[in-house]
Amino acid sequence: MPPKIGVYICHCGTNIAGKVSIDGICEFAKTLPNVAIVREYKFMCSEPGQNLIREDVKKKGIDRVVVASCSPLMHEKTFRKACQDAGLNQYLLHMANIREHCSWVTEDNASATEKAKALLRGAVAKVALLEPLENKEVPINPNVMIIGGGIAGIQAALDIAESGRKVYLIEREPSIGGHMAQFDKTFPTLDCAACILTPKMVQVGQHQNIELLSYTEVEKVDGYVGNFKVKVRIKSRYVDIEKCNGCGDCWQKCPSWRVEKPKGDKKVVHNALTLGPPKSIYMPTLQAIPAVPVIDKESCIYFKNGKCKICVKACPTGAINHDMQDVCTEIEVGSIIVATGYDLFDSSKMQQYGYGRIPNVLTGLEFEHLNCASGPTGGQVLMENGEPPKSIAIIHCIGSRDKNYHEYCSRVCCMYALKFAHLVKEKTHAEVYDFYIDMRAFGKGFEEFYNRLLEEGVRFIRGKAAQVSNEAIYPEEEGKLVVRCDDTLLGRVRRVPVDMVVLCPAIKATNDAAEVARLLGLCHSKDGFFAEKHPKLAPVSTAIDGVFIAGCCQSPKDIPDTVAQASGAAAQAMSLAARGSIEIEATTSVIDEDICTGCRICNDLCPYHAIEYVLDKKISKINEALCKGCGTCTAACPCGAISAKQFKDNQIMAEIEGVLS
Amino acid sequence: MSEFKKEYLYYPGCSLHSSSTAYDDSSREVMAVLGSKLVELDDWNCCGATAYMGIKELTAFTISARNLALAEKKAAEIVAPCSGCFVGLNKTNAYLKEFPDVQKKVNTALAEGGLAYNGNVKVRHILDIFTHDIGFDKIKQFVKKPLKDLKVGCYYGCQIVRPKNDVDDPEYPTTMEKLMEACGATPVDFAMKAFCCGGALMGTEEAIGLRLIKNLFHSAVRNGAKILVTPCPLCQMNLDAYQKRAAKKYKMEFDIPVLYFTQLIGLAFGIEPKKLGIGKEIVSAKEVLKPFI
Repeated sequence: MPPKIGVYICHCGTNIAGKVSIDGICEFAKTLPNVAIVREYKFMCSEPGQNLIREDVKKKGIDRVVVASCSPLMHEKTFRKACQDAGLNQYLLHMANIREHCSWVTEDNASATEKAKALLRGAVAKVALLEPLENKEVPINPNVMIIGGGIAGIQAALDIAESGRKVYLIEREPSIGGHMAQFDKTFPTLDCAACILTPKMVQVGQHQNIELLSYTEVEKVDGYVGNFKVKVRIKSRYVDIEKCNGCGDCWQKCPSWRVEKPKGDKKVVHNALTLGPPKSIYMPTLQAIPAVPVIDKESCIYFKNGKCKICVKACPTGAINHDMQDVCTEIEVGSIIVATGYDLFDSSKMQQYGYGRIPNVLTGLEFEHLNCASGPTGGQVLMENGEPPKSIAIIHCIGSRDKNYHEYCSRVCCMYALKFAHLVKEKTHAEVYDFYIDMRAFGKGFEEFYNRLLEEGVRFIRGKAAQVSNEAIYPEEEGKLVVRCDDTLLGRVRRVPVDMVVLCPAIKATNDAAEVARLLGLCHSKDGFFAEKHPKLAPVSTAIDGVFIAGCCQSPKDIPDTVAQASGAAAQAMSLAARGSIEIEATTSVIDEDICTGCRICNDLCPYHAIEYVLDKKISKINEALCKGCGTCTAACPCGAISAKQFKDNQIMAEIEGVLS
Repeated sequence: MSEFKKEYLYYPGCSLHSSSTAYDDSSREVMAVLGSKLVELDDWNCCGATAYMGIKELTAFTISARNLALAEKKAAEIVAPCSGCFVGLNKTNAYLKEFPDVQKKVNTALAEGGLAYNGNVKVRHILDIFTHDIGFDKIKQFVKKPLKDLKVGCYYGCQIVRPKNDVDDPEYPTTMEKLMEACGATPVDFAMKAFCCGGALMGTEEAIGLRLIKNLFHSAVRNGAKILVTPCPLCQMNLDAYQKRAAKKYKMEFDIPVLYFTQLIGLAFGIEPKKLGIGKEIVSAKEVLKPFI
């Protein structure tokens, strides 16, 4: 029996009707084969619009539906549900995109109408050949894994743990806390970072629903939404977490330093500032969670020449063991939140600012360490010779807003630069010169903070600094660092002599972001940050179901935005867990076992790691829960053994013929 | 690194045939020792020069493109030792690629002379050949007389590294230092090494030109440089010829010979100084180079 096709044409207000002649394509649709009913409506996605479809399916016996409207990304779900409601298999729907692909991108009305007709003809030809498909339902493991223990990971972990679900928090560093744990104050409220973060870190360490795996790396991720299997490597810290009581006797006795030691005239080594003990056995900060030290293998004397073990003798609980090995284990979870944070742009790449070459040029993070009350200078701002500076330059946008490095704005630098300026004013009598391109004060309380700093007497110079040198031309520059800058308000090139320069480097995707993306099958945008599923409406979801992102791994953001996004990701993970099971799209690819020769070409091509090789049958097999139906394997299979459901050859050919005829 | 070739198509430009024969001679001599030959492009003309480009752009592009058209028949790349030529030819290359209408006009003119340019020539600076084709290790192998304890300031000028290209870091280049190190010399760091030498300003705005020259020497001297090397004929001329005038104006004293980097490499290779054009400079290098001559 021939199919009875219903064609439903949407005006989308004037979005479509403004360009495409609705009457014209309605008349045209009636002439197409197997079309039984043609209807048009102002907004087909509205309730009355959907009802047109439901009624026709129920009363007029329509068994194939074509909706000519917007992109299926917008409303395929809506119309599928309408079909399903009326008792028609949802996969017997096909959409012709006459908005994004037609009315929005065509200038001339007549050609827009012609194009809409072609798209419609293709859709009608294809829909006639579609087959009913059934979604699969898979159970969901309610446990959640969080990768990254910065403020994003901590927030998400606590949110989920409080709901009663089990959380595995994976942190590659010896302690959680991330970058925030290294800050002194936070903008614009100037509250102490440690004071607000440490309680949360302690809570994570003590929560019965959180299993904290610090100093641990993710090695492999298998499985699919609801059923992930993650292999992790717990790196050996050479200190037994169970036995250690965090007393610190070990690092007090340890004779070796993991960073450069201040000596001679060099009273402070700016690029070797540490918040925890500077020794080879150390904790990253004194507030570390877990409060267990780790041995830095690179600098430890024992690992270099097999002798020392002073720490072992010093340890009252016998917790230190230099023979400890890495431990690998597998964890099963239902969803994963990626909160791997960021790395800072390497300021030495911009040689003109002299970082790493000229003394007293620091990065923002080093300046944070200098300001930190628990840091090596006790929070005093000092030059390398141990003296307080009389003047400081703060330079924005190092590697951000720069086509040679990172085109984007790092979003937080303007405000932390203001924070630095305030701290300098508070702690020293130094003059502060702030070199900015634009002052971006867009957040809550930011503009007010900027105004406050203007009142505090900071000298703001609008212009990107061009060079920092220790090259005096004029007498007042002797012994100083000279910042050259085009002052765009003054319209002149200036040379500003200062004692210390603080660079504000770009926030960039972590150096191994591409590797992490590959492990999880995530996409990343061209700037290297992980891509969200939709930039506006699905900001914490990713292309991989069950994997969510939060914090700076998605894009540069400040602490409040990170926390909000982390809670969002936590809510998504909890909502998934609460469902208990999930339906998986039926539009996957399938391999015909009789035709497959087991050549394995498709195995490595699959971007979702959905194809496995079945050794005993010598064929490849697609895991339907993982397959997204992208069709890469289908196109690549040399034997034609793979077909994509709803995109079979005859269906695609019919659509192409329809469009072209 | 790319392959070191037995032969390079060579575009000397006007300077190397007139005021900078020392650069021409030393480049050829050093390349010969290393086992390569600079084959001069037949019938070449002006590179289009920076000043011309500012006034009659299309004509300048056409003049410049004629060289590229001639080169295209011979090789895939052409070597220019003069930074001005390097920038001029590269700029023409880039513009013709980006603006097909300009390329069309230029080719219409070239067709009158039976030529056409299709954009397939890569323009390279000779410093780039030394650092990326030859390499520091190879240079080291050929050094016979290491320039021990010679404190060299490596002055790049503004053009060779700008706009950003593959030759070196645009703001803080370091390759010439590595070359000098390979020759056994002691390079000294100085902040003005990629700043303007005064360029053509010596002819139009002498006061500004002299100030820029003074700043360079001031910076090089206070960092301990006894001699400067440069990869650019115009820089060499400005710094050599106007050094004394700048010193006088600012009541300072400079006595810093300015040579081409290829001359010092040649000296380290044991090539006879005369063959390298040493002695042609205005501020004599005799005293500083005494231990190596």
